This record gives sequence, C-alpha cells and structure tokens, in this order.
Amino acid sequence: MSKATIDLPPKGGFSFDLCRRNDMLSKKGARPPSYRKTGTTIVGIIFQDGVILGADTRATEGPIVCDKNCEKIHYMAPNIYCCGAGTAADTEAVTDMVSSQLQLHRYDTGRESRVVTALTFLKRHLFNYQGHVQAALVLGGVDFTGPHLHTIYPHGSTDTLPFATMGSGSLAAMSVFESKYREGLTKDEGINLVSEAICAGIFNDLGSGSNVDICVITKGHKEYLRNHLLPNANVYALKREYTFPKKTEVLLTKITPLREKVEIIEGGDAMEE
Amino acid sequence: MSIFEYNGSALIAMVGKNCFAIASDRRLGVQLQTIATDFQKIYKVHDKLFLGLSGLATDAQTLYQRLVFRHKLYQLREERDMKPETFANLVSSILYEKRFGPYFCQPVIAGLGDEDKPFICTMDSIGAKELAKDFVVAGTASESLYGACESMFKPDMEPEELFETISQALLSSVDRDCLSGWGGHVYVVTSTEIRERILKGRMD
Repeated sequence: MSKATIDLPPKGGFSFDLCRRNDMLSKKGARPPSYRKTGTTIVGIIFQDGVILGADTRATEGPIVCDKNCEKIHYMAPNIYCCGAGTAADTEAVTDMVSSQLQLHRYDTGRESRVVTALTFLKRHLFNYQGHVQAALVLGGVDFTGPHLHTIYPHGSTDTLPFATMGSGSLAAMSVFESKYREGLTKDEGINLVSEAICAGIFNDLGSGSNVDICVITKGHKEYLRNHLLPNANVYALKREYTFPKKTEVLLTKITPLREKVEIIEGGDAMEE
Repeated sequence: MSIFEYNGSALIAMVGKNCFAIASDRRLGVQLQTIATDFQKIYKVHDKLFLGLSGLATDAQTLYQRLVFRHKLYQLREERDMKPETFANLVSSILYEKRFGPYFCQPVIAGLGDEDKPFICTMDSIGAKELAKDFVVAGTASESLYGACESMFKPDMEPEELFETISQALLSSVDRDCLSGWGGHVYVVTSTEIRERILKGRMD
C-alpha cells in the first residue's frame, strides 16, 4: 500500500512539515515574512477591590499600522483576563488555548478558576517552546484568595506584582506607575492611573497608539470598557468625499443570482394516492 | 527579496450597506517576469463566502484546496454552509498549526453572515486575525492599498458605489507596484446576487 497522504483533521499541536521547504527557500535568498506584532503598551494594577488591566489598540506589521483598533485584553475566565504583547498570532492562540483548558478544568473541579491555575498553564506552555512562542502577557484576576496580578515572559518566567507593564511602551507606562502608584486606590483613581499610563505609551512609543481599553475585575463582577478613551479620533478627514464621475472600465460582467429560499406553502394539494 | 514578493499580489475587501466587495489583481509572476495575466486569487467557498489568498501562489492554491476540503466535510456533517466567522477561525487555526514553518499566504475573507450582515477579515501568515468594520488589504501593494482605501472609503455604500470605490482604490494602488496589476477582478456580493467584473487596467 503506498503512503497515504490523506489530509485528516489534525490531532492538535504544531505541525512542522513545511519547515524543510521554508529553510530551503531562505537559503535561496527568500526572506521569511515579518509577523503581525502588537507593539503595545499593556499594564495592570491591583487596587482596593480588585485588578484593573489596560491596553492600547494598535497592531503593526513592520512599520505599518495594520489595525487601528484591535483588542489586546483577552478573556480567560469569567474572573480572569489577560493582556498580550508580542506576536499577535501567538498571544491570541495561547490565550484562547489556556481559556479552553481553564473551562475544562472548571468542569473537572466544579469550582471557579484561580489566577495561579491560568498562570501555570501559560508558563508551562511558553517554557515548553523555549521562547519561540513570542507572547509576553499581563494576567490579572480575582478569585477566592483575593486579587492577583502576574507578568509572564516569552521564555516562561513569571513575576507577581502590585503593578506591572509589558510591551514596547512598558518603560513609558512604568514611569507613570512608579511616580503615582500607591496601595488602596479607589476604582476611579485606578482607572485614571491606568489610562494615564497607557496614554504615556500611546504618545511616546511608536509601537503603541490609538485608543485605551480598560478592564476592571472585582470579586464576582467585571467591567470591560472597550475604547474607554479615544485620544486619537480622526477629526482631520476630508468633508468633501471622493466621487468618481468617470466610471471604471469593465471588460466583462457576470451576474450569478443567488438561489431563492424555498417557500413552504401550507395547505397545498394533498398527494394523489 | 521577501518570499511574498516572489509572485506578487494585491487584494482588498470592503464593506458596504448589506453587501461586500472583494477585489484582486490578475498578475502571476516569477519575480520580475510575468507569466500569466488571468490568475485567480479570489475563490468562492460558498455562495456567501469568498476567500482571497495573496502571497506565494503555490501555498495559496494548496491552502485553498485544504480549506475547500474542510468546508465540504463541514457541509456533510452539519448539512449547512459555514458562517464567515467560523471559516475565519478555521483558516486561523490551520495557519497557526504551521507556526514554525508557515504557509506564505495572507488570506482575506469576506462573507455575509447572519441576517446578511457583511463580514470581512484578514490575517498574517500565521493566523493573527484582524477583523475590520471598513476594509482590509493584503499583498505586495498593501502599503499603497492602505493609503488609497483610507482616503476613498465611506461607510454604508450601495453596491454600485462600492464597486466604483474598490475598483479605483485597487487600480490606483497597483499602478504604484511593479509586482501586481494587469487588470482587476472584482466580486460585489449582496444577498440576492453575485456580480463578478473584470476591470481594464494598465498592462504594465
């Protein structure tokens, strides 16, 4: 029987079968592509009642902004959220995967997920791939042991902190936290501090930009403020729109009408015997 | 030379009022030599879902064949067509599976979802989805395409106006790119019909 190369749905995990071909192509001078990065400023703080996470919304592909309003605060569990910086595909895939693992774990244990559980799943996965999965994460949540905030680096090391920043804009944001953070902030003070830190990243770091997203997690409650601040609204757009009086030249037009849905008529003729 | 510049391509998808348009150029080249001027880059997955693939042509064709296979399996099991959001997730997983040895393709997905709401999305070559509400672009001409679409796009355009806008954006951008062009191929899809048009452009 010849080797069957049926493309069955894969069992999961990475597949390395194109690596040899891609290596051969790069030796011939074809540069591999650059992946979409999230440039980014992501931050988190612990305040009086829980955790506040913040992120900017710019996604870059090399020097070009490919998404002006992407979402960097990912859902992990009803009480846990995670911000991601680094290669966009990696942060999305890793947070999605661990979110599903946490759901299965919740079914197994019958309890609310703990932040350290999410932390361990993430760090084990990232360490396993020795930093090749380039995801730098800020993980925050509130479980029955209290509020927790962690940072996870691409190689798998983690830190537990009262305030944290990651991404290319982390230095700009950290300068705001180091001067203005104190313990026992109220919710509004916390949101303002996080917004200020993200704005510092947006305006001073080239890899971060657009709007500010905030997520406030407290015991038993979460508030996801998508586009909480829009400091870069497009107010300079032309009021006069582009119109094209001279039509584009068309060589060929093919119209395919889509099938109408079948109408069911009640009380039609009974079938003949 | 980047691997994406081996064949050359330009793709746009735009959202209109209860309709969408997806357009591509028609050139297939081997670096600077043009070998075909009628190469198909946009494929129909089902009546209300189109997939455009830019980048290395061989990977685009292989990826399209794998995706059509998976969609047909889905149709057999579920007895219905895949929703665009589901299809985008499928493409993203298939691309991410090859994270460390990727397909050199950038897909552009456009479809009509529930209640004929238009959906467009693009990804990089390892499956990082970008869902946009206005337009998405891909290909060697992407930088010009971003600029052209950013200025020409208006929300809620009717199908005819959407066709004009996407065609003008495509043709003006590929005119500034050596590796794409030689005409255009535009599909404008509403809930009742698919209009496929071939554009006359500069053949250089």
